[in-house]
Amino acid sequence: MSGQKHIDEVTGVETTGHVWDGDLKELNKPLPKWWLFVFYACIVWSFGYWLVYPAWPTLSDYTKGYLGYSQRGEVAKEVADAKAAQEKYRAAIAADSLTDIQKNPELLQFAIAGGAALFGDNCAACHGRGAQGGIGYPNLNDDDWLWGGTLDQVYTTINYGIRTGNPKAHDTAMPRFGLDGILDPAQINDVANYVRSLSHLDVDAAAASKGQAIFAEQCAVCHGPDGKGNTELGAPNLTDAIWLYGNSQEAVMQSIRTGRGGIMPTWSERLDPVSIKMLALYVYSLGGGQQTQSASASTDRSASTDTAK
Amino acid sequence: MNAMDKGNKFIMEPAGAESTAAQPQPRVSRYAARSKVYPKLGHGTFRNVKWAVMAVTLGIYYLLPWIRWDRGPGLASQAVLFDFANQRLLFGPIEIWAQEFYYVTGLLVLAALSLFLVTSVAGRVWCGYACPQTVWTDLMIAVERFWQGDRNAHMRLDSQPWTFEKIWKKAATHITWLLIAVATGGALVFYFRDAPTLAAEFATGTAPTVAYVFLGVFTLTTYVLGGIAREQVCIYMCPWPRIQGAMLDHDSLFISYRDLRGEPRGPHKKGDSWEGRGDCVDCKACVTVCPMGIDIRNGPQLECIQCALCIDACNDIMDKVGRPRGLIAYTTVSNLENATAGPRDGLRIVRPRTVLYSVLIVLVSGLMLWSLLSRSDFDLSVSPDRNPLYVVLSDGGLRNGYTVKIANKLESKRHFKVSIRGLQDVRPQFIGFDGTDPVIDVAPSEVRAVRMYVSLSASARAQLKSDATPLTIAVIDTETGIEASRVTTFRGPAE
Repeated sequence: MSGQKHIDEVTGVETTGHVWDGDLKELNKPLPKWWLFVFYACIVWSFGYWLVYPAWPTLSDYTKGYLGYSQRGEVAKEVADAKAAQEKYRAAIAADSLTDIQKNPELLQFAIAGGAALFGDNCAACHGRGAQGGIGYPNLNDDDWLWGGTLDQVYTTINYGIRTGNPKAHDTAMPRFGLDGILDPAQINDVANYVRSLSHLDVDAAAASKGQAIFAEQCAVCHGPDGKGNTELGAPNLTDAIWLYGNSQEAVMQSIRTGRGGIMPTWSERLDPVSIKMLALYVYSLGGGQQTQSASASTDRSASTDTAK
Repeated sequence: MNAMDKGNKFIMEPAGAESTAAQPQPRVSRYAARSKVYPKLGHGTFRNVKWAVMAVTLGIYYLLPWIRWDRGPGLASQAVLFDFANQRLLFGPIEIWAQEFYYVTGLLVLAALSLFLVTSVAGRVWCGYACPQTVWTDLMIAVERFWQGDRNAHMRLDSQPWTFEKIWKKAATHITWLLIAVATGGALVFYFRDAPTLAAEFATGTAPTVAYVFLGVFTLTTYVLGGIAREQVCIYMCPWPRIQGAMLDHDSLFISYRDLRGEPRGPHKKGDSWEGRGDCVDCKACVTVCPMGIDIRNGPQLECIQCALCIDACNDIMDKVGRPRGLIAYTTVSNLENATAGPRDGLRIVRPRTVLYSVLIVLVSGLMLWSLLSRSDFDLSVSPDRNPLYVVLSDGGLRNGYTVKIANKLESKRHFKVSIRGLQDVRPQFIGFDGTDPVIDVAPSEVRAVRMYVSLSASARAQLKSDATPLTIAVIDTETGIEASRVTTFRGPAE
């Protein structure tokens, strides 16, 4: 361009001087002045920003800025603050016994709330978000406990786990009666009929009466002569309404044929002791927790109202 | 001749506007600069009413936070306190908790309905007398008059160059405005924190940051909206002038110039005949007093806030020229339309819309009063567990879980017991409590949540009629025997 101004004849407005298709010109409409000044102000502002806030990447890091601010640091501080606020309770939980914690409403509330969060992170994958369990994963809300439902027993089960190889873990398993050839398929059918008859399900009476003898011989060792189970061995009560693997004839036969041996992690290898205590208190609070004989005898109303202060 | 010939004007001109000018014409700006309003001080009935309303409303606003109310040791002693920190609204003996915020909703509904009723009967009286924008603008104008003189003196001062006199008068005005603004912002903050404490904190510079922020915000809004923006707030910012058209009809009062009587207008010399001419002497007294800067004689206008100052001004003139008062007056569209058929200045108050608004006001206030009087000093909420909905027990029985929240609204520790109705042979269980019938202590002014389980044995399941059976959970104050109950459900498997 020659520096000469091109004026559009029709509008009287200056054009950019570019011509397309022989006669198509573009009017020169510069940015509004106020907009331009805001833009320049932003440029000036950005220099201050670079100095004050994190701005430029370096080869291995970035410039931290005068304020040293970072959102990650802010989160870390909030987490640290929250942890510090919890420290009083966590220290008390670490120091107190489970029954002492139960008698302190404030501490119990904290433990149950923390336990609920931990349960969601660690346990819900198998036991379900509401601890309702599923086939092979016990429902923790009910009053049927494979390894015992007192607070201490729940704590022990969580702490050491089940069949993990840890020396203190619960470690008995049901034999594979069918796979290992201990019982033949007809016998398994008979025993299954008998087991189902214990909880008053519809069974083939003839098969059940044949199965009774086999039960006494093979199963009563762990499940007890009356089929009521044994929490020492993790042998379920076969006379109640709760069936971990289902109560159909086929499901019971399957259990006898292949045995059963669910696994739960040794949580003491993954969580700190305070967390495990909180989890035990939470699971116990789900409603199925059983009182130990001594605990139920020693408590009365006046004790509970005193501690509720 | 084609469209391009119209040049750059085609954007600015409405569609269909015919222009054949070949030469580009200068752009017409649609922006009109504000012409400053210099309202003259009026005298008369309505001016006195406005002074009185200002004194009462501002008096209430500035002084209310300082009224004390003894609630007992250690408790807030301010009669009206919006205690956000503790989630309480305190109005003398009434204490509204956060979960009872519906009372505030009810008050707002009531305020809106009252505004509707008043507007449908008497037009924009809210705008003219009681709106904070009107009251504070009126106050700011009074301050301006005090320092810079009334309309004529003020206009003269504004047209002067910046002399020392002009500078100090302007400065004094703005300083007074700012002082009023600070007092206004300060008074608002006092509603949210104990006033004497906060005043001391302000004095020593130890008040919470948020107090300074809101003091600043409301100082600024008072100064800018009341002192500087004034009538522009009503004309351009406020939605209410647009909305209230829906409440007005032919029988609503509004301020109007009676053009039948006033026209043709013109100057009148003493002794001249009044025959063949209107009563309006075109003195512009109504225009000079108008705080909105309009001419009421142009008919009803959106800008008119119906402050009635023009009535005072015109009545004054009518008295002087010896004509009857009321050339500008409160009237209705019906009356104006009927004026040709003879004078008829009736006011029809009972109309479908006023009846409807009145009935709604009575209903809402009745509902609120009933709810307030029957309000208990403790509150109960029951939420049943949703995951799992129910638990099957080893004996074949069922168990449901509930979270029971008891809110103790008194300032003393209380003891409650829970009872369950609607199902027989239930076994309750309370987490953190021993026994099936524990006493639950709730600390003063606290909400306590208790986990509760309700079990039914296998044999008792027969009484369940469906997968969701109604169940009533009641909480009884062990000292007074007063009970609160909630109906919830007991769930089981679908049969």
